[in-house]
This record gives sequence, C-alpha cells and structure tokens, in this order.
Amino acid sequence: MNVTITVNGQRHALDLDPRVTLLDALRDHIGLTGSKKGCDHGQCGACTVLVEGRRINACLSLAVMHDGEAVTTVEGLAEGGPSPLQQAFVDHDGMQCGYCTPGQICSATAMLDELRAGWPSHVSADLEGAVELSHDELSERMSGNLCRCSCYPGINAAITEVNQRTGDEKEAAQ
Amino acid sequence: MRPFDYQRPESAEAARAAAASEGASFIAGGTNLIDLMKLEVMAPERVVDISRLGLDGIEAQDGGMRIGATVTNSDLAADMTVRRRYPVLSRALLAGASGQLRNKATTGGNLLQRTRCPYFYDTDAACNKRAPGSGCAALGGEMRNHAVLGISEHCVALHPSDMAVAMRVLDARVEVAAADGAVRDLALDDFYRLPGDTPHLETTLDPGDLITAVRLPAPLGDRQVYRKVRDRASYAFALVSVAAVLRMEGGRIAEAALAFGGLGSRPWRDPEVERLLAGEAPSEALFDKAGEVLLRDATPHEGTEFKLPLAKRALKAVLTEAAQ
Repeated sequence: MNVTITVNGQRHALDLDPRVTLLDALRDHIGLTGSKKGCDHGQCGACTVLVEGRRINACLSLAVMHDGEAVTTVEGLAEGGPSPLQQAFVDHDGMQCGYCTPGQICSATAMLDELRAGWPSHVSADLEGAVELSHDELSERMSGNLCRCSCYPGINAAITEVNQRTGDEKEAAQ
Repeated sequence: MRPFDYQRPESAEAARAAAASEGASFIAGGTNLIDLMKLEVMAPERVVDISRLGLDGIEAQDGGMRIGATVTNSDLAADMTVRRRYPVLSRALLAGASGQLRNKATTGGNLLQRTRCPYFYDTDAACNKRAPGSGCAALGGEMRNHAVLGISEHCVALHPSDMAVAMRVLDARVEVAAADGAVRDLALDDFYRLPGDTPHLETTLDPGDLITAVRLPAPLGDRQVYRKVRDRASYAFALVSVAAVLRMEGGRIAEAALAFGGLGSRPWRDPEVERLLAGEAPSEALFDKAGEVLLRDATPHEGTEFKLPLAKRALKAVLTEAAQ
C-alpha cells in the first residue's frame, strides 16, 4: 500500500505491506534506527515516538494507519543540537546501556506537555488542580517506560531538572 | 502476523458493510488487536480502520453525556466534564495501562478488549475462548489473574478493563449501528455475555455492528470512588477493583451503585448488594455484609482464593471512603 508519512519534518512516500508496524517502517524502511524494538508488545516503551505531538508505542500501530500524519522520533528532537531533555540525560547519567533512552526521552518530552496541559494522573490527589511533578507523579507518568539497567535515579533527575527549568523560564517571562 | 486486507472506508456506512463478513475486524487504536495479531491469537482476514470517521466527539446529552467510540482514553480522562461530574471514570481510566497506550486506546476498543488469561495468549494451550471446543488449560493450570464470578467449567477468563468497570457503575449504554444502519442502545448487562459453554462469544454484537458511542446518564451521586489493587503500583491489571457511586442523604446511603473489576468474566455489578445498602446508615457490619452478599456465589479455584478476602476488604475501604 502507498503511504506518506512525515518524519521529523521530512516526507516519506513508502509502499508497505499492511502488516508493517510504524516502528518497523521507521527503522527498516526509513532508516531511522533511534527508535528501539524492546518487547514489541507495548510493555517496555523503548519504541515510544510522538505522533502529532502525542506519545505512542510505535510497535503497536500499523504504519498504514498513519498515512498523512507527522511523526517525531528521537532523531527529530535533536535537530539543531540536543534538546534540553537529551542534554539533561547526559548530564545526569540517565542511562547505562542506553537501549531504552530514545523511548524515555520521547516519552518524557510528551509527558511534560501533558503536565502543562493540566492532565491529571492516577496519583494526583485532585483531578482538577495544578500538578507538581513530585517523585510519585513522575514515576506514575513514566511507568510505560522500563529501564532494565534501573537508571531511574538519573532519568528522574534529568526530567525533574528540565521541568523545573521550564517552569523557571515561564516565571521569568511573566 | 498473518496477511490481511486493510481498508479505510470514508464513511461509517461503508465501514459497517466492509466488516459485515466473517473474518473481518474493526481497528481503532489497535493496542490490543495488533498485539494479538502478532501472536496470531487473532488473525482477521480484513481489518477495517474506523479511526478517521469522526466518531471522536464528546458532547452533553439529556443531562448526561455522549462519548464517541474513538475518543481516546487520554482525552476522556482529561475531559473537564468527566473530571467534574464523573470522576470515577477519570480515575478508572487513569488507573489503566500507560500514558502511551491511553493515547491510542479508544472508548469502544476498551470495552471490547480481550482477556489477559495467559492460556488465551498461548496458541499451544487449550482455550475454549480462542479455539472453541479445545478445552481450558487454566483449569488445573496456573491461576491468578482469573475470574471468580460469572465463570463456567469452560472458561475462567477475566475481563481486564478498568474503564468498563466505571462505565458499568455509571449505567452506561452502548450505541451500536448495525450493518443495515439500524441503531440500537445496549445496557452493558445486555452487551456482555456470560461465558457459559460459548466463551468465544463475548458480546451480543454481530459482524458489521459498529459501536458509535457510549452514553452516560446524569450521575446517581457525587460520592464517587475507584480503587484498584494490583501487583505493582502502576501499569498492571487489577487483581481487584471497586467502583462506587453513592448518593448520601442525612448521613444515610440513599442509593448506591457498585461495580467490580478483577473478579468477573465481565465487568461485574450485583443489584443485591446495592439493595442491601440503600437506605442504611454506614457501618462496618453493613459493609462486611455487602462483601458477603457480593461473593455468595463466587467459585474460586486454587490460585484465586485470595481474591475473596481481598475483594471484601477493598469493598469495605471504598464504601467507608465514599460514605464519609
């Protein structure tokens, strides 16, 4: 089937079997191997990418279902230098083997947007109030991304720093 | 994954027609279906994409609301009307899956998700739900995430959804358009079948029947609680979950609605328990009795006995919180 997907701002016209997942299209047909295949069943989050700005498991989505849509992968976050989260993961040693890192960073990028949009989580005391990114909130909101090296202290520190910095910048701008 | 024919019709009418033949399946979020297709537990010959049919609206209707079938779990949980009037639904949605999955999983798809019984997933094992007549490997096998209510000698599978438990407690009705265009409206009691000797038939939907929306009436009361007990703090299916909606009047429970996850072959609701509570003053003894009544016909197996005391304690905790 003919499918056109815009990945990191670049249009790709592909001829795909309907069985090809978005993850396999990105890695094997477009050559962007940043997104990783871990469990291939939506349990580990290594394949997390942004579709129209939202985080999804690319392994559990058919590429043909994304005809005409815009996808951002970890490579796309790095255009013009590392993104704040990418830099923070380096600064805080938020990885050991690094296999889950692209998924962690894509997931955290969208998670911070969800936080700014006021989305509550399972651990939020109040469904309507402002949410502080406490340790419990961060763990809950990132629970779809596993790190088998268990580098969670570094991952949490990186995400917390970027969230605080974004908050400070917003305050300074006001 | 077995080969299949993929179609994305332009209209709901064309989608229903395309899915009216045996071996066809609708796809919306795909988070459950694609997983099962990879394992060849499900192998539809035709997959009909309904994700772009505009079935993703949320609107006020008749004092309640109408939720389009392809509204994602994320959008529904974050909807301000749901958060304010139906917090038990937001809470149930947020207790399920992960941020990534909730961004794809839809309202209709969530209702139709399949059991997570490991023997249903294992194509080498006997499973009456996957291969009718082959037997049940769970009976006599390892049991933990299995049902204790509404099961049969042919199937002990559990309905895994959190969202559907909240829908059940809120008296949701499922709007279904048939292949011929006829629209009907089903209470969840009439939507989900009990397994009996046909566990492969999980709902009363026919081929080509398309869920177009879920309708919620005005909530029964403003005391709403969802509590989920699971093996880890996040991203795990319920061992037991309880959804409660109470209307209190002068310190008494005027009306109660209760639904349960982790216990039944379908999202469970029992009018006997609700009748027991109506008009009564909250007390420990009353809540203990409610647990006894709920589980009067429970049939636990080795590996699921723990659910009985767990369900009683969870119910008591939820009622205590909701009646406060």
